[in-house]
Amino acid sequence: MTDPSQELAETIRVAGASVLATLTRTFGSLQLAEDAVQEAALAALRTWPVNGVPNDPRAWLLVTARNKAYDILRREAVRPAKEAFASDQPKLGPDTAQEALSMLEPDSAVRDDMLRLIFTCCHPALAPEARVALSLRTLAGLDVEAIARAFGVPEQTMAKRLVRARQKIATARIPYKVPADAELPERLPAVLSVVYLIATEAHSPSSGDVVTRIDYEREAIRLARLLCELMPGEPEILGLLALLLFSFARRPARTSSPGGEPVLLRDQDRSKWDHAMITEASSLLGEAVRRSSSVAGPYQLQAHLSACHSTAPSWAGTDWARIVALYELLVKVTAGAAVLLNRAIALGEAEGAGAMLTALDGIAGLERSHLWHAARADALGRLGRGEEAAAALRTAIDLAPTAPERRLLARRMAQ
Amino acid sequence: MALYAALVYLPGSEYWTDRPEEVHQPSDGYEEFYAKVSAAGAYKGGEALSPPEMATTITVSGGQGGDVIVTDGPYAEAKEVLGGYFLLEAADLDEATKWASQIPAAWSGGKVELRPVIPMQK
Repeated sequence: MTDPSQELAETIRVAGASVLATLTRTFGSLQLAEDAVQEAALAALRTWPVNGVPNDPRAWLLVTARNKAYDILRREAVRPAKEAFASDQPKLGPDTAQEALSMLEPDSAVRDDMLRLIFTCCHPALAPEARVALSLRTLAGLDVEAIARAFGVPEQTMAKRLVRARQKIATARIPYKVPADAELPERLPAVLSVVYLIATEAHSPSSGDVVTRIDYEREAIRLARLLCELMPGEPEILGLLALLLFSFARRPARTSSPGGEPVLLRDQDRSKWDHAMITEASSLLGEAVRRSSSVAGPYQLQAHLSACHSTAPSWAGTDWARIVALYELLVKVTAGAAVLLNRAIALGEAEGAGAMLTALDGIAGLERSHLWHAARADALGRLGRGEEAAAALRTAIDLAPTAPERRLLARRMAQ
Repeated sequence: MALYAALVYLPGSEYWTDRPEEVHQPSDGYEEFYAKVSAAGAYKGGEALSPPEMATTITVSGGQGGDVIVTDGPYAEAKEVLGGYFLLEAADLDEATKWASQIPAAWSGGKVELRPVIPMQK
């Protein structure tokens, strides 16, 4: 982040999300708030490079966006159909900065607004992919084009999806509030899964323009940190943040340089890992354990798994028995073929290739997964069944979704 | 406050007896739900519907005033059928969900769909 224009955009994006949260509460409309914040952000991009960045960028954006919101309401009031809507809105006062500044709340109110916005965007009445898209738009402040690219859909499709989500929030009256404590256990998982999906599912294409490429993993960590701050002491939030940090700490070793090819965990240069970040993640996980009253949730368990790897001296020196035991627990709380696949791979290290192959062949529904075929190839190879292993590896190459993954598998084929 | 139609979907097989002329008895739990929701002032209407076999579907082709096409049967053929509806008044979707989750169809093989009601222009 050395480019000053990019730094400016980042400031606007982060401050803009909290302004959006406040305006959604004061105007009662997510759509209006978004339009107003977007206009304010454009104004900031025009004037800040000339006049300098204001001392309090958030206050500047809030005042500007609030005035833009009134402008939009005035424009819409001209159309008869919108008259009723506009008359419901607060009376228009003189647009003095002083008056608008009185809207500035203490930090606690800003935090409450953000939390309300998070729970609205991640409401279970929205489709899961709409929750992720809306969160990227409103909480992370990303533009539609960037989100569309992350999902691999045309910009128009993404714009429509976002409009539909906002319409549903308005029409069905999805509330703009933080759920009561009694409802939190039901509502929090939807929020956590959105953050997790942002980290894992939203990938920029590798050919993307470097300047505008969004770092989704970093965004997810920022949101997880925000959640930790907003709802301190929630074990699953702590677990999720720890999990994301363990993974992010491996980033310098995850791809080869030069070339940018993926490097498997077993082949990674562990000295390149960010050990300060691993320490932070470990202490977050420790806090999660201390605060858990009952069984650990799925993110905590995954964080424990990640911790096992992050603190092991080498692939061979990893506590595989513990990893298998953790996967057994994880299978109980999250059904899913991917968990079973990872358990089988761990079993291969803990008990041997025979146990691994038996476990792999016991998983149904992964016939189209290149990872499953690659794991079978590995087990078969270790059992000395070379021809079967080569066939499985060929299938894996055919099914691999990206070019770097295909190349990685092809290199194994050559060996 | 907003109005929601809680559309009560029931498994077709359990919805009605083979003899529609028999008087239909409300299933367990509906009277209790009705008592609760009206005592809270959230009940704004609702009825049970005759089975889909009794339904008639109307379409008008060629724009308003055009040919009225009447077909026998429901619009959508589905395993679950619309058995009735409640009109519920609630502050927001979460409150409406609290009511909808107390309608017996929601746990006895059916489903309850919440649809915000668009007020008629008067």
